[in-house]
Amino acid sequence: MPLIARIYRRGITSSRPLINNVFNIQTSCLYSTLPPNARLNIPTDYSTTPLLAHNSQSALQNPELSPEVRNGTTKRMNLFQSINDALSISLAEDDSVILFGEDVAFGGVFRCSMKLAENYGSERVFNTPLSEQGIVGFAIGAAAEGMKAVAEIQFADYVYPAFDQLVNEAAKFRYRDGAEGRHVGGLTVRMPCGGVGHGALYHSQSPESLFTHIPGLRVIMPRSPIQAKGLLLSAIASGDPCVFMEPKVLYRAAVEQVPTASYTLPLSKAEILKEGKDLTIISYGHPLYICSAAIEKAEKDFGISIELIDLRTVYPWDKECVLKSVQKTGRCLVVHESMVNAGIGAEVAASIQEDKETFLRLEAPVMRVAGWSIHMGLLFERFNIPDVARVYDKIKQAVEY
Amino acid sequence: MLSRALRTSRPVGLRSNAFSRVALSKRTVTTDAASAHADKDAVPQEDDKPFQVQLSDESFETYELDPPAYTLDTTKRELKQMYIDMVSTRRMEMAADRLYKEKKIRGFCHLSTGQEAVATGIEHSLTKEDDIITAYRCHGFAYMRGASVKSIIGELLGRREGVSYGKGGSMHMFTKGFYGGNGIVGAQVPVGAGLAFAHQYNGNKNTTVALYGDGASNQGQVFEAFNMAKLWKLPILFGCENNKYGMGTAANRSSASTEYYKRGQYIPGLKVNGMDVLAVKAAVAYGKAFTAAGHGPMVIEYVTYRYGGHSMSDPGTTYRTREEIQRMRSTQDPIAGLKQKLIEWNVTTEDELKSMDKDARASVDAEVKEAEAMLPPDATPQILFEDIYVRGSEPQFMRGRVPEENYYY
Repeated sequence: MPLIARIYRRGITSSRPLINNVFNIQTSCLYSTLPPNARLNIPTDYSTTPLLAHNSQSALQNPELSPEVRNGTTKRMNLFQSINDALSISLAEDDSVILFGEDVAFGGVFRCSMKLAENYGSERVFNTPLSEQGIVGFAIGAAAEGMKAVAEIQFADYVYPAFDQLVNEAAKFRYRDGAEGRHVGGLTVRMPCGGVGHGALYHSQSPESLFTHIPGLRVIMPRSPIQAKGLLLSAIASGDPCVFMEPKVLYRAAVEQVPTASYTLPLSKAEILKEGKDLTIISYGHPLYICSAAIEKAEKDFGISIELIDLRTVYPWDKECVLKSVQKTGRCLVVHESMVNAGIGAEVAASIQEDKETFLRLEAPVMRVAGWSIHMGLLFERFNIPDVARVYDKIKQAVEY
Repeated sequence: MLSRALRTSRPVGLRSNAFSRVALSKRTVTTDAASAHADKDAVPQEDDKPFQVQLSDESFETYELDPPAYTLDTTKRELKQMYIDMVSTRRMEMAADRLYKEKKIRGFCHLSTGQEAVATGIEHSLTKEDDIITAYRCHGFAYMRGASVKSIIGELLGRREGVSYGKGGSMHMFTKGFYGGNGIVGAQVPVGAGLAFAHQYNGNKNTTVALYGDGASNQGQVFEAFNMAKLWKLPILFGCENNKYGMGTAANRSSASTEYYKRGQYIPGLKVNGMDVLAVKAAVAYGKAFTAAGHGPMVIEYVTYRYGGHSMSDPGTTYRTREEIQRMRSTQDPIAGLKQKLIEWNVTTEDELKSMDKDARASVDAEVKEAEAMLPPDATPQILFEDIYVRGSEPQFMRGRVPEENYYY
């Protein structure tokens, strides 16, 4: 208990002004109680992680980019800057793009829409009242008329009043419309999600699996600034309504060289971040950094090689890539931050055992590391969110099975 | 005591008598469908020559708004078309009623019998470029917007030739300028605000009519849409079709205020006799001009009445008296009201009316028959799984009940 009390004290006695304290994500808050001799649960060093492009050359090597983009320039950006860049590009490219949400005209609480109202006009980038259901319903109407409506829900935790609009109005629009062929593909709903260490019950949730149950929606969660820019531009261009979830812990923490040109990355396509032959780890969003750290240690300790896959679009997700990988490795671990019950892990695991070829190739049960089935209690966030030790431990169990 | 007070059908208690007397002395909107006047000698011979109809001074009530003119410019042709539209709508609803009872239409089915003047009056004041979005009582609106009887009945029967490929059925039909047919109470109202915004943004001079019922008027999202529409001066006419009952609950037992035209608070309101197609047309035309002039939204309350139950499974007699229904049917019917006026004003003769009736019915019946003859859609997964994602960009497969039923695009 004194230990926990100390985290709390350190969290709130920071010398930064209050507004920064709430919205400025400091990784140190997550790991403020790191024991001096910790071996696994040490803070992610974003300046060296292999998941980010630390120089221009590695950013432009990405084979998913077109040759023109690869011959272009890059700029150092964090996640919120790359989101801002993507929004700015789409506003500039297409007059039918509009951007709105609570405090969006002022730049948004996470700075994602900074300067956009000034640059593109208050009739295209504007604040809305605090009415999530109204915002999404309104966005659906605008999208039904052919506009590209990018709505921001200030925190994913606030999206629930709009759940009906997304499930009943947006997802079914094309299916309902039938012969007229109208749809709300212009709809993109952006929302910051995930824990930051001190968001607690209503500012740390990651509700992606509520939306992944709904055919018709595309649910996307990027892991890095490069990914965020390309996937967001794809989501806005996409002919389907997209739920775009941004891990807010990465807004400032994840910094990399991002191509300055306009580019898209494929939706519903996973990416193999690291090849391996003994075990597959499937994840998306922020936990990928945890997985990467655990892989580094586990490979050294157990003498194995581990494949890491980023789903990127969590629904409809890239089964082909996952099944192929598990057929190769025979062992699989799914890692996500949201609750373990009925989460993405459940869907992935079920799909693996359902596929006869993959099932017969399994050498260990498919395992999951995820948030516990609890709410995000303020002091318990760091016990709830998967950490390196938990991933490492499951790798060990899978290998020793 | 308290529960007995709650059960009383009167909205105000005895202690408020002084106020209720004031309320009674106030002019209220009539539901008389035959309340308009015209000098029959002033009605021209020609079908297309305009003339003026005097609306009853009990046609409107306003809130923070100058009342519309109590006159309506119309032509003989338009009056006759309105009559044919209402007769056809009712005939179509009766066909749906029969097909439902024959168990050919399954699921949910909400009929608008009695409310025809609302859909018809609105349509006659809009252009095809304007938009309408409504709730689940939508057959009449779909028809008025241009969907054929065949495609509507086909939709109810779940046929491929239905207006929405037979996938929605009763509550969910779309057609050009018509955005549903929405099954969730109140959910269409903010969507309507978005439609209106798109028109405003694109510089179109179009109006969006977003309709909901007296039951839905208490939904939170309706107020969210009101606020956004007023804030951004959206060209939208919110429309509360007050048919006195939200499902089985009387308006005064569900709403703290039943003055639905005032529920926009900061939005001007107009209450209109929803049984008189002429008053509805005058009100909506006035509202359309109001929004086109950049004054922002308006809330229009259509005082109307549904003859049937809420849906096919509701006999509609447990929460209201048979006498009430009978009185509305026999004295306030929108079709009978207009019919009476058409003859009174020498717009048409009794014989011509009879043949109009006959033709309208025959044409609806023929289309219903065609719809009934439509074959059920092929039992192919292609039809089941289409239109979930953009064609050509679907995931590799969508799940069936068992892996063998998975559909590969």
